[in-house]
Formats: sequence, C-alpha cells, structure tokens
Amino acid sequence: MPEPLRLSLDDADARSGPVSGPSSGRSTGALRDPGDTRDPRGRRVRLVLLALVVLAVVACAAFLLLDVQGAWSYVLGLRSRTLGALLVVALAIAVSTVVFQTVTENRILTPSIMGFDALYVLVQTVAVFTLGAVGLSGVPAPVQFGVTLVVMLGCSVALFAWIFGAARRSVHLLVLVGVVLGVLLRSLTAMLQRMIDPNEFQVLQARLFASFTGVDPALLGVSGILLVGTCWWLWRRRHELDVLALGRPNAVALGVEHRRRVMTLLVAVSLLVSVSTALVGPITFFGLLVANLAYVLTGSSKHAVTLPTAALTAVVVLVGGQAVLDHVLSMGTVLSVVIELCGGIVFIVLLVASGRRR
Amino acid sequence: MITVEQVTKRYGTTVVVDDVSLELPRGGVTSVIGPNGAGKSTLLSVVARLLPAESGRVLLDGADVARTPGRELARRLGVLRQDNHLAVRLTVRDLVTLGRYPYSRGRTTPDDVAHVDAAVARLDLGGLEHRYLDELSGGQRQRAFVAMVMAQDTEYVLLDEPLNNLDMTHARDMMRTVRRAADELGRTVVVVLHDVNFASCWSDRIVAMRDGRVEVQGPPSEVIDTDVLRRVYDDEITVREVDGRRVALYYT
Ligand SMILES: Nc1ncnc2c1ncn2[C@@H]1O[C@H](COP(=O)(O)OP(=O)(O)OP(=O)(O)O)[C@@H](O)[C@H]1O
Ligand SMILES: [Mg+2]
Repeated sequence: MPEPLRLSLDDADARSGPVSGPSSGRSTGALRDPGDTRDPRGRRVRLVLLALVVLAVVACAAFLLLDVQGAWSYVLGLRSRTLGALLVVALAIAVSTVVFQTVTENRILTPSIMGFDALYVLVQTVAVFTLGAVGLSGVPAPVQFGVTLVVMLGCSVALFAWIFGAARRSVHLLVLVGVVLGVLLRSLTAMLQRMIDPNEFQVLQARLFASFTGVDPALLGVSGILLVGTCWWLWRRRHELDVLALGRPNAVALGVEHRRRVMTLLVAVSLLVSVSTALVGPITFFGLLVANLAYVLTGSSKHAVTLPTAALTAVVVLVGGQAVLDHVLSMGTVLSVVIELCGGIVFIVLLVASGRRR
Repeated sequence: MITVEQVTKRYGTTVVVDDVSLELPRGGVTSVIGPNGAGKSTLLSVVARLLPAESGRVLLDGADVARTPGRELARRLGVLRQDNHLAVRLTVRDLVTLGRYPYSRGRTTPDDVAHVDAAVARLDLGGLEHRYLDELSGGQRQRAFVAMVMAQDTEYVLLDEPLNNLDMTHARDMMRTVRRAADELGRTVVVVLHDVNFASCWSDRIVAMRDGRVEVQGPPSEVIDTDVLRRVYDDEITVREVDGRRVALYYT
C-alpha cells in the first residue's frame, strides 16, 4: 500500500477531531460554539404543541358547552356524538395525509386529491343504483359501513400500489394522473346517476355531502377503534417515517425495507381515509390544509413532531370551526365548504410555488 | 472484500454496466474514474443494492448484498449518491443524525450523539449544524451528506463524487478524511472521482471504467499514464512526475 501525503495529516488533526470510531468519545464537542449546541427549533416546537393542545381543548369545550338550549343531558349526548365524529375525521385525515406525503415524497398530493373522493362517490352511486334507495335503507348501517370500508380499502390499495409502487414519477405527473382518474371516476358516476330515478338521486345527494351529525354510535365506536389502532401502529414507526422521507435510495441505504414498508404504510393510510370517508363523506382539501399548516408551524420534518401537530391542528380547525359556525353564527352546514375553499386555495398556491421552484 | 461477479445492468436495451467482474480487497482507498456515462454511478448503486442488476451478483465478505437483511447491511456499508435531493426540509444535524438510524432506530443514545458530533466536526460543519439544507451552498450540502455517511460508521464506504462542488481546500480535506478512514479505522473506501490527480495522489487502487466495462485497474503508478488514459478517455494527456506523484496535465 503506498503512503500518500502522510505528513499533511497532522495539521488536519489540529482542525478537527478524529474520525468517528467506536472508541472516539465526545472529544469534538468542545470545538463547537457553546451557544450552538441546542437546537433553536426545539423551543418553538414545544410552544406550538402547547398552544395547539390548549386551543384543541378550548375548541372541544366550546363545541360541547356553548349556547346550550333545552335539556343539558340530551344536548350534550347529541353533541358529544358529533364531537366524536369530528375527532375521528380530524385525526384520520391529518395523520393519513402526513404519512401519505412522506411515503410519496411530496407535499402537494393527498389521498383525496389522488381520486379517493371520486372513488367514494362512485361506490355510493353504485350502491344506490343497484339496490335502490329503498333497498339500501333496508341494509343495516354497520353493514353499509363495512362494505363501503372494504371496497374503498381494496380499491385504494390497488390504486396506490399501481401508481406509487413502480419507479418514482414527478409530482406534476401524479397530479395529472389524479385529475384524470378523478374525471374518469366522476364520468362513470355521472353516467350511473343519469340512470337513477330522481327521487333516489335525492337520497344519493344527501349521502355525498360530508356530514358530521347523525352518525351511528356503533359505527363511531368501530371507527374510533380502527383509528386508534392504526395511529398507534403509525406512531411506533415515526422514526422509520423520518428515514423514508429521505427518499428510496437513502432509506434503503439506511436499512429500511423500502418496498414492503411503503406498501404497508399505504394500506394504513387507505384504512384511515376509508374510515373517515365511510363515516362522514368526502372532504377533499382538509388534509392538505392541516398537513401544510403543521409543516409551516413547526418548521420540522420529524414525524414525532409533524404527526401530533397536524392532528391537533385538524382538531382545532374542524372542531373550532364547527363550534363557531354552529353555535355562534348558527350555520353549521357550511363548514365543509369553508374548509374546502381554504384548502383549495392552499393547493393552488403550493402547486404554483413548486412549479416556480424548478 | 467486495466481489462483483459478472454484473450486468440495462436500461431498456442499452447496457450501462456490461458483465463487470471486480474484486476490491478489504482496507484501502479505491478510486473509480472514467468518462461521463461510463457506468460508474450505476455500478456503485448496484454494489450498494440501491439498484437491482439484471444478472450477476455482488458479495460483501462472501454474502450476497441482495439477500442480506437491509438493516444488517446498513451497519456494514454506507453510500453517498451522486445527486442528493430531498423532498423534506431538514437541518444538517437532523440529516447527520439519521445516519445513525441503522443502530439507533430513532432512539438516539449518547454513543450516537458522539458519532454525529465527530462526523459534523470532521466535515467542518460546526457552525452550520442547525441550518436547513436548502439554505446551504452546494459544497456545504455535499459535506452534510458525506457527514451522514460518516456517522453511519460502516466498514465499507462508497462515495459517488464526494468532491462535487467542493473548493480546493475542502476537496483536499475530504480526501484526507477518506484516507484516514482507511488508514486509521481500517475502512474500505470506494470513491468515484473525476479529477484523476486526486485519484493519483490519494488512492491505493484505481479502477478505470469505460462504456460499462472496467478498462484498466491497478495502482496509480500504472493507471495514471498517457497510454492508459488514452484508452479510457480517448484523449492525449500529458503525465508528469511532480514530487514523486504522477500528475496529469489536462488543463490546457
Ligand atoms: N435511469 C436511467 N434510465 C436510463 N438510462 C440511464 C439511467 N441512469 C443512467 N442511465 C445511463 O446509464 C449510463 C451510465 O450512467 P452512470 O450514471 O452510471 O454514469 P457515470 O459513469 O456515473 O457518469 P457521470 O460521470 O456523468 O456521473 C449513462 O449512459 C446514462 O445515460
Ligand atoms: Mg456518476
């Protein structure tokens, strides 16, 4: 082995510590500026999380307690059920969007934008079309819920596996795929809806609007259990998600079984979105809104931070919004419209910004 | 030891790595040189199991990398890719800390912190630790990614053009770091380089590729030679001996 430039190694010693080895302690720590040792974002993250927890609690309390008229126990019972639905949807959408964006390495696409909502509408339309409104009302709610859940889960896993399983594609291409897919599914839906009896169409329309009231308590329970189980499973993988966010080659280099992991995570995402959609109906841009709020608020990409921040933000927006609209302004049904409007604007801004960057 | 056995990689019908067989003994620094598109990065990616090969296999101390569990391999082999673009915003420290993932699985121990500190200091990133990667210059970012690989603390280190974007001082420091990893810690380092003079001055072996094949391999004294370089690059390059080192004069 030749001996290249041995003598010059000495002054390198003076400038930096030894190469990391199992035995090289923390000798290099002293070289750093003492003011630089703590991450300045740590404080900001803690503050944001604290503020969000407080806001979320306030929102829930306001939703339950503001402007109660009539018997307290009745009103509270009704409201806590709606609150439950709001919480399930908020958590499911926030968590699924963050995980989805990590796995697909982008910050613009969400499951809804990739045609998930259109799929839900199609499933509902097919149900009304084949069974008829009367036939459908004869099917117990849990069965309807279960069937919707399974169909959505199956279709979305197949869809995501097909779109994201192969080579990496550009985000803009994927947006296009999502749009085209949405158009396709919607045309199919429109065709079926033409053939549906006008009275039955009314029933269908009612089912297609995201509605948080009148959710079956049993379904809420099942959804809650699925949600908690899936979120817990995802939370345990938060560090692995951090690595996956570095992209496939880096993740593989750091020892993550990328393909298998991405697939199981997409199944988890599909489950969350299916639960939320089957429970209350589609909300397209909500996930995008809260996920990006979480990234901006914390300035962090760590899932230990972004997951809870997005979830809390979702609770604040959804429950707080519903409380204000319901109890202060007395116009509860427009919440999903307001959210879609804000989320839609965020989507366009992000799309334009990302186009400008390249 | 890294053993490449008849590896072939195609994109469509173009063969970019053509039936390459190669043995890199344990320890020391091997430089891979060759013209653009010769297949250096592709070969390196196959060795690091980032790309599947159409045929052939790569053995790391006798074990097929495609069959070794990913996590185990991540503790033995680290790799820097030629282009590193992230979809997420990370600080330098976050990135380097992720290099410890194969050991810590996210639960960072004091030992992990020590490795991260050492890598940060090693790559002269002390003042930049809490800056976001997208707010760094190209060379600073390059050093941050190398620091991540260094923090991974693997016996085998593959670096694809680690000198990209580096100024002359940092380029030399990078080669020192590489040299020292090999000499003092017994690492086996493979670096893809374009500057044949760095390859000449710092490596034990040079592997020269061309059109997906290994054209020549040997010590710098044999490879840095007008006739050999003509075979690899199709170009007449004067080689002089300066202070006992062979230097290619390709600037004019
Ligand atoms: N994803 C891909 N699809 C198709 N062809 C590819 C792909 N990646 C690389 N190639 C082709 O494979 C050949 C080898 O590429 P590779 O990146 O290995 O070259 P290289 O030796 O690293 O070149 P450079 O010095 O420019 O980095 C090139 O001709 C390139 O065009
Ligand atoms: Mg290359």
